[in-house]
Amino acid sequence: MISVGIVGGAGYIGGELLRLLLGHPEVRVVAVTSTRLAERRVDLTHPNLRGMTDLVYTAPERLPECDALFFTGSGTSDPAARAELSARGKVVLDLSPDLRLSDPEVYRRHYGEHPTPELLGSAVRGLPELDREALTGADRIGVPGCMATAAILALTPLTEAGLVEPEVVVDGRVGSSGSGASAGEMNLHAERSGVLRLFAPAGHRHEAEIAQATGTTPRMAATGVDAVRGVQVVIRARTVGEVSEREIRAAYRNRYRDEPFVRLVAQKRGNYRLPEPKILLGSNFCDVGFAAAPGTRDLTLVGALDNLVKGGAGNAVQSLNIRMGWDERTGLGFPGLHPI
Amino acid sequence: MAVKSCPECVADVVVSETIERNEIIECGECAGELEVVSLDPLTIAVAPEPEEDWGE
Repeated sequence: MISVGIVGGAGYIGGELLRLLLGHPEVRVVAVTSTRLAERRVDLTHPNLRGMTDLVYTAPERLPECDALFFTGSGTSDPAARAELSARGKVVLDLSPDLRLSDPEVYRRHYGEHPTPELLGSAVRGLPELDREALTGADRIGVPGCMATAAILALTPLTEAGLVEPEVVVDGRVGSSGSGASAGEMNLHAERSGVLRLFAPAGHRHEAEIAQATGTTPRMAATGVDAVRGVQVVIRARTVGEVSEREIRAAYRNRYRDEPFVRLVAQKRGNYRLPEPKILLGSNFCDVGFAAAPGTRDLTLVGALDNLVKGGAGNAVQSLNIRMGWDERTGLGFPGLHPI
Repeated sequence: MAVKSCPECVADVVVSETIERNEIIECGECAGELEVVSLDPLTIAVAPEPEEDWGE
């Protein structure tokens, strides 16, 4: 059993990491940091965990040495403090954007100046379906963004097989938990409820991760929808020449045949014929699917996941499982709920 | 058990040894309905879509 800590644990990703790690047979959570809530019980902010733990939040400066350390992206923005905290973990899994990109110029274009640019390119990406081998020896892991994960997994079988043109259009839809646990005026219930908020009409920052992973040149928009959790990406792509529906299906089937958390969903019948995030909530699955417009080269690709699980905490835990040589499904067996 | 290829999506479909002719089975991947049209040799085909007056 190894010791793990969570830096910045009071947010939604922190709560999801705690939920997964408290049920993980190979780890013991020894510390969860919060500057604002130090010495308060963690189930104050994560009430679904009542009765499962007596942990209280630890001030960041009192974080002990850990075998594995998760950074949620909240908790500290000071580069020096962050570096000092990172040194307390033998394996660091970072869920913030800080380690996701390798090119400083690309990072600057999407996120502004990096607080510690020397970190760019220093981490292994934590996307097991693409990075499994590299993860086995990784001590610094950068977990991708939620919508980027769904888009990358929906595109990869076709880009790897050379079946689609590089120009793709990505339309991301995300629930309100994707914007974090810090409420601003725009997230008041009166303002948020019922809206379809096109918060990034063009140039969403996850374009950079999708491009880096798939070699495409995506144009991406994103909409906040009236749901708490869930991501669905709808991607418009064109095939390279004439490609049959069977070839598309075979590319998906062959690429993900042995993947424990990616399922091909492109069915002729049923209530959920293409990937739907609602039935994935709480699970570590990413469902991918497609539809081809007959007589054209136009494809609609779909990816869906829970933004807090496969789009964040679950992906991080799966990456840790691989890094430690455990069955990568450990602690991630929850299949989702239906109906919900 | 026999493994046949779905005529719709080409996924593997496992067919029970006790299956009967004209029985409808479902492809696990595309969820298409398939009909056993012969037992020797074992042959499956896309089941006909129900029409408006089907069964009347």
